[in-house]
Amino acid sequence: MAQEKNDKKTEQNPDDMSIITEDELDSQFKYEILKEPGGENFLRCMQCGTCTASCPVKAIDPDYNCRRIIRRALIGDKEHVLNSKFIWMCSTCYSCYERCPQDVKITELMFALKNIAVKHGFIHPSIKAQVTLLEKFGALSEISEFENRMREKYGLPKIKQSPDRVKKVLEKENIKEIIEGDS
Amino acid sequence: MKAAYFLGCNVALRTYEYDAAVRRIAEKLGIELVDCKDFVCCGYPAAPQDHTTFLALAAQNLVAAEEMGVDYVISVCNSCSATLSKVNKLLKEDEKERELINKILKNSIGKEFQGKLEVRHFLRFIYEEVGLGKIKSVITNKLNPVRVAPHYGCHYLKPPEIFDFFEDPIVPHTAEDLMALTGVVPIKYENMKQCCGGAILAVNEETSIKMVKEKLIHVHEAQADVLAVHCPFCNVMYSEYQKDPRIDLDFKIPVVFTPQILGLAMGYNAKALGIKKKVAKGFGIVAHGNLGIKKKVAKLFLEKEEASETKKEEIVVHG
Repeated sequence: MAQEKNDKKTEQNPDDMSIITEDELDSQFKYEILKEPGGENFLRCMQCGTCTASCPVKAIDPDYNCRRIIRRALIGDKEHVLNSKFIWMCSTCYSCYERCPQDVKITELMFALKNIAVKHGFIHPSIKAQVTLLEKFGALSEISEFENRMREKYGLPKIKQSPDRVKKVLEKENIKEIIEGDS
Repeated sequence: MKAAYFLGCNVALRTYEYDAAVRRIAEKLGIELVDCKDFVCCGYPAAPQDHTTFLALAAQNLVAAEEMGVDYVISVCNSCSATLSKVNKLLKEDEKERELINKILKNSIGKEFQGKLEVRHFLRFIYEEVGLGKIKSVITNKLNPVRVAPHYGCHYLKPPEIFDFFEDPIVPHTAEDLMALTGVVPIKYENMKQCCGGAILAVNEETSIKMVKEKLIHVHEAQADVLAVHCPFCNVMYSEYQKDPRIDLDFKIPVVFTPQILGLAMGYNAKALGIKKKVAKGFGIVAHGNLGIKKKVAKLFLEKEEASETKKEEIVVHG
């Protein structure tokens, strides 16, 4: 199973303009998105492009186009959507979320797509690294003697890390299995 | 007023001066900040991976704060306060999610989410619960009319429903209202609400650095003396990444935290607030203990002071 997932990891380019044939599409994909928290309003999209026009990432990197991602998701182009770097490029600024006339809640939809991608074995390495840190320190970083000395200089109380509670929650939630795709 | 103080990874790791300034002015305003016992992540990094894990991690923090018997949990990071606000609201309103998360929490840490408290960003807390009037009454030190470009940060404003619509996400004003009490001049500039790009730094560094550069250019074009932020990650982007060779601009914009400006006006010295000497001087404050500032840097500052003098005249003419 894991091997099969790894084979799929040649990245897709959503800007690939080749003709999409019917057998490449998964008609059930939209239902999968609708069920995922954040994907509830997804079918409301009318492709107006307000999201893309509002996007600060798009302003810098023209390849990133959230309207196009939504369109591909709507027609069931699952591979293209899940196996591309683009779903990870949302800066979660909520500009599109605020301006969308159909209240698609695009930022949340992007979280839903990322969650689905993770379930299917596609995860951005930077995101994977964060889980390891959380399990180890309960936070995104270790607070060492150096940080505590600096804090003392500013008259701040020392920090003692105790990741036990976070570890317990992560264990209960089987996060490792989710991101390793072993479930 | 007693409140739980949620630190967050970036504050603990690298923005000591922000933490210091917040604690000082909280003291002045009569807010007792009690540190959350366990220093842990808010849960935001789990959001792209798994929704339930994200909720459970954030709920774990809310439960820890509830155990402290306070009405509010205060965060100074935009992302932490957005995460905790979002999950707090969701678990209060959605019975199904609450039951699911409580089952996880009960089986892992033996506690349950009760929905007893409210989450606030520190700035919102002092704006709403302390109020501009009381804040003004503790301001003893009128600052120079330094031109301050405010940067609110996305997760301070949006989505507005998780913050009970306290701030207008299109035309925000709370940070400016607070800063205006001190004598500085908050200014508007192009694309003011542009995202700092911090959230995609690990995914696409190139793009986030370009976002930083754009912002700095807009701030510079508006003739701002400093950029004021109230989020540790926005600070990392604008302050640390400003030094990145890929930014390559022929000007520098000092970055300060909004609570540092308030702290200076409340009579704290720059050292206590972790403010750089040359920046503090620009606000009209002198004598700050030894911060080991180089002569060259001090000279840079003096040129800046002249610039702000001329701008002061401009303001009088227009006003």
